[in-house]
Amino acid sequence: MTPDTVALPHPRRRRFRPGRFEPLLWIAPAIAVVVFVFGYSMVELVNTSLHFDGAWTTDNFRVTWSDPTFRTALGHNARLLIAVPILVATSLLISILLFEGLRGWRFHRWALFLPYVLAIPVIGVVFGQLLQFNGLVNQLLRAAGLGGLAQDWLGQPRWALWTMTAVIVWRELGFGIVLFLARLLSVPPDIFEAGRVDGARFFRLHRRITIPQLSGVIIFYVVIEAITMVSWVFNYVYVMTNGQGGPGDATQVTELYIYQTAFQYQSPEIAAAAAVTLFGVTLVLIAIFFRIQRRAGLGIDE
Amino acid sequence: MSRRLLGRVARHGTLIIASAVALFPVYVMISAAFKTQASFLAHPWAPIAGPTLAGFRTALNDQFPRWLGNTVFLSFSAVTVTLVVAAFAGWGFARWSFRGRDVLLGLLVSLMVVPPVVLLVPLFVFGVRIGQISTFRLVILIYVGLMLPFSVYMLTNFFRTIPASMIEAAVIDGASSWRIFRRIVLPLSAAPLVTLGVVNLLWVWNELLIALVFLQDDSKKTLMIGITGFQSRYSLDVPVIMAGLTLATLPIVAVYIFGQRYFVRGLVSGAVKGE
Repeated sequence: MTPDTVALPHPRRRRFRPGRFEPLLWIAPAIAVVVFVFGYSMVELVNTSLHFDGAWTTDNFRVTWSDPTFRTALGHNARLLIAVPILVATSLLISILLFEGLRGWRFHRWALFLPYVLAIPVIGVVFGQLLQFNGLVNQLLRAAGLGGLAQDWLGQPRWALWTMTAVIVWRELGFGIVLFLARLLSVPPDIFEAGRVDGARFFRLHRRITIPQLSGVIIFYVVIEAITMVSWVFNYVYVMTNGQGGPGDATQVTELYIYQTAFQYQSPEIAAAAAVTLFGVTLVLIAIFFRIQRRAGLGIDE
Repeated sequence: MSRRLLGRVARHGTLIIASAVALFPVYVMISAAFKTQASFLAHPWAPIAGPTLAGFRTALNDQFPRWLGNTVFLSFSAVTVTLVVAAFAGWGFARWSFRGRDVLLGLLVSLMVVPPVVLLVPLFVFGVRIGQISTFRLVILIYVGLMLPFSVYMLTNFFRTIPASMIEAAVIDGASSWRIFRRIVLPLSAAPLVTLGVVNLLWVWNELLIALVFLQDDSKKTLMIGITGFQSRYSLDVPVIMAGLTLATLPIVAVYIFGQRYFVRGLVSGAVKGE
């Protein structure tokens, strides 16, 4: 695979040749940036989390883990995971409908993917307006004779996190739909034909044929979304609750906890311990992914 | 027969409802931006009631142009640097095999899953120590770092598909590897480079957390920080808020409309083969 190392040895060896080190020259800039942004930070992070007042200690972790706010935050991230099965089921259904090539499917694909392109801060502000007590969502409910359901969706501790979950689903759905549709379009069509000839109807056809064909990409999507729910929801919470995670701590999540302890309460050690914990959770999720993947014998790329 | 009709209605109905739900907030945002506060309250649903550009005018008279400028500068610099550095590295990984290559590449790619919030505290402490808070330099560096794992992964995969025979022919002609990279590899890679550029641009444009922490100075704020604060300042004037959001969204939606396939291809390329 390496034409120039297979080539005949160069007759004169004195001249400078980048030779063996040439690939490293090409890679070096990327490695340098990555070592700084990731390598340095991770080492420093672990270091900070294990120090207090200049002495080695594990107290930071003990304090963090027993902090009720931190526990609440982690618990909320866990509750957000409920969005994952909803996302998978809904985007499967919609991508299958798109795949059937109903009239206007291109327009629907365009419309359904649009939320994923919008900035989360933009989405947060718009939904913040829509979901107010006098907002358009409640007006819609009242017009439909469901005025009894109308409420301050983001202002009620009981409902705030669920409302947030719905907004997250609204945006993340587009990614799943496009992902599944792209995979469906690359499946040889005769597989579906064979099923149809056998007389399989909608649900049977898709349960027996479509879902097994998509299993690799479904697992990929599950992992991506699970990681999103655990460690990429800061933007939603920050924008929709003015950086508070409120009402009370009804929408407090781990990322916001790290942000607040570091930059509002000025305790980088606690923030570092929480960050190490969050990273650990992310790693566990990824390990589970590889485990499932290996057991199922599915490569993402097949 | 009737069962079949029912199926068709159910399918079309599901798609129409789903698209309506997806478009509804966008519709409200854009239509409200052209109203006055009074007409918004009176006709919140109407497409456009007594269209006015007052909302846009107020938004533009605020610090909007500066935020937009900052975001444009940040996005384009960070994305350009990322593309250059990632293309070099991708070429290095794809062209030569050397000891430890696969481990190095695997390690680099796996960094994709590190949540940025984890890196925040140490990088901020470092930034304070070297006095680079509220400078674009440090933020660009961090953005480049965060975008590199995916970018290198994607470009390495693409460069590997370039036929070895083309490169060998150039080697026999005596071309240096720099020349091969410039004259053969880059021209063949226009599509993946555009795809990657679009996906990365979208990410930087919409990024909030790092900008929030590292760009505290008023003159350095980006669009995303700006509109987050915008909302409380104009809480009683919904059309102004919506006009601001529309302005902030327009460039990205324009890119989306004209380059939909690049978006889709880029986002899907991590998961589906055949792109």
